[in-house]
Amino acid sequence: MKKVIMGNHALSYGAMLARTQVIAAYPITPQTQVVELLSEMCADGTLNAKFIKVESEHSAMAACIGASIAGARTFTATSSQGLALMHEMLHWAAGGRLPIVMGNINRAMAPGWTIWTDQNDSLSQRDTGWLQFYCSSNQEVLDTVLQAYKISETISIPSMVVLDAFALSHTYEVVDIPDQALVDEYLPKFKPYATVTPDDPRAFDGLTGPEHYMELRYKLQKDMEKVPALFEETGRQYEKIFGRRLSAVEPYLCDDAEIVLVTSGTAGYTARVAVEEMRKKGLKVGNLRIKMFRPFPFEDCRRILAKTPKIAVLDRNISYGHHGIFSQELKSALYGTGNQAVFAFIAGLGGRDITADSFREMIETVSRTDRPTEDILWIGVKR
Amino acid sequence: MKKEKKMTLTLPIEEHIGAGNLACQGCGANLALRYVLKALGQRTILCIPACCWAVIDGGFPHSCADVPIYHCAFETAASTATGVKAGLDMIGDKETTVMAWAGDGGTFDIGLQALSGAAERNDDIIYACYDNEAYMNTGIQRSSATPSGAWTTTTPVKFPKDQPKKDIDAIMAAHNIPYLATASTSYPEDLFKKAKKAKEIRGTKFLHIYAPCPTGWKSRPEDTVKLGRMVVQNGIFPLYEVEGGEKYTQTIKVKDKKPIDDYLKLQGRFRHLKPEGIAMLQDEVDRRYARLLKKFENK
Repeated sequence: MKKVIMGNHALSYGAMLARTQVIAAYPITPQTQVVELLSEMCADGTLNAKFIKVESEHSAMAACIGASIAGARTFTATSSQGLALMHEMLHWAAGGRLPIVMGNINRAMAPGWTIWTDQNDSLSQRDTGWLQFYCSSNQEVLDTVLQAYKISETISIPSMVVLDAFALSHTYEVVDIPDQALVDEYLPKFKPYATVTPDDPRAFDGLTGPEHYMELRYKLQKDMEKVPALFEETGRQYEKIFGRRLSAVEPYLCDDAEIVLVTSGTAGYTARVAVEEMRKKGLKVGNLRIKMFRPFPFEDCRRILAKTPKIAVLDRNISYGHHGIFSQELKSALYGTGNQAVFAFIAGLGGRDITADSFREMIETVSRTDRPTEDILWIGVKR
Repeated sequence: MKKEKKMTLTLPIEEHIGAGNLACQGCGANLALRYVLKALGQRTILCIPACCWAVIDGGFPHSCADVPIYHCAFETAASTATGVKAGLDMIGDKETTVMAWAGDGGTFDIGLQALSGAAERNDDIIYACYDNEAYMNTGIQRSSATPSGAWTTTTPVKFPKDQPKKDIDAIMAAHNIPYLATASTSYPEDLFKKAKKAKEIRGTKFLHIYAPCPTGWKSRPEDTVKLGRMVVQNGIFPLYEVEGGEKYTQTIKVKDKKPIDDYLKLQGRFRHLKPEGIAMLQDEVDRRYARLLKKFENK
């Protein structure tokens, strides 16, 4: 069934179709519609789930952790300050190997108070052990929630499905909402690896000495390394059932490109406007949208960008004292594999618009020199 | 021949926590969980945040309990228990009791927000706080459960704690939860009955259990039971229950309330107190007790 829905509701429908059993959430702009619709679904019986209206995001994640270890499929959604408040529990969920799925609406961090988009909230959580998927359309948001459950429950690592505030969260698009029966086929009932139960009494996540701790972390990393292949596999299964392919990276006209614009989130589609325009002018420009940020798609990036002389990364985020975070990661992925020049651009912090002009400016800058003249190339900043 | 006095065993003989765990000698917290689990039985899930019991249970991969335990973050005992309960409901287990088992720091201080949230929602959990009146697990730092006048490693003798203990029971009663009780490990039958009662009631139940700590109080391990009796008899820690936030019932009546002096003398943490300091504490205890007595009369 096709419906015109906002990005936030695409998250709600994803959670509904996944037959989420426990939801614990706290309201924050611009996430509120996600949980409003879910609370309606729980109230009218569309979704058979417990909705715990907690008193903070910290408790939201704690309650999800409790419900998950009890054996229920769980969901929450948050944004920005809320995600930051959850930080401790994000480590707990991943360290405890609980397949929780969460929607995060990318909103810039205060101060000053802001509700507009950038990626510093979710990227600040990159070392917590969560999978992170940055979406660029409402359809992709819904599809990704279902795939995220599939991956998370297979490998016991939680997933964050990320979308830009307003640019996606509040934008209405046509979304194909799949049949429940097909979703049930793709995503059967949650079979937890282990649960806290009196039938098999065990103690979970207790005091762990140097003798054992490191192995637990080693195993988490080893399982993270399996995710790219698992993403590919579950993406193919998804295509078979629903006719839509889900990929960790999305290259567009990259094969012969002399300049590739690397983007994430909604900026990808804006970049394509510039790419198509430049192609008409005879300039070989392509776009690589990175959807999966954790684990970082090293192999895909190396393969696609192996022969690209110039790479322009657009970061809607910053690691103060370093660069934009996607450019750092990409440089680390490409290190020692070739002679590509990586131009690290930063734009759109705190919700400033990223337009086709931003990409035209990037392409002009990259065309002028062989190597970047500055560590960070700022777009549209008032100096 | 002298007639032998017969003792009746009123508590179930079954044990749910094993001997040889990591508790200190004379640990009141150890007794507290032992008695509570006798009442709740094996079909109980514990959510234990950072506290002495996070250690007492034994490090990974060991556990001294025959009940399942989820070790959770410091401030999340209540919210984790809420989540476990919701998860159990959704997988069709409506029988298992879920209990948050936290120390005073995790309850009075860092976990208070989550506890208040769970109580306001009236989530169907037991929240039990074993109160040893300081952060004992981290090395005896003051908490808001530490009584005034007490020494801790962060309230040195030259500047002992000069604020009274936070009245957590009044705070929890103000949430109008269906059941709240104070208990002492030295009145095991009273504690047992209260835990049993809590198990049968739906909604949020709060148990506040006084648990002496020889390590932190600088008392003798063999005085643990004695201290647990004295603190009830001198009115510092009266034993009562509150139903629905308004019906107060004193479960262990005190006929002749004792002065606090002897109780203080058994503990190194009060050794520095001068007579005028003790008099101030006595005054504080008397005022608190008088206030409670009025509530017991349900006036």
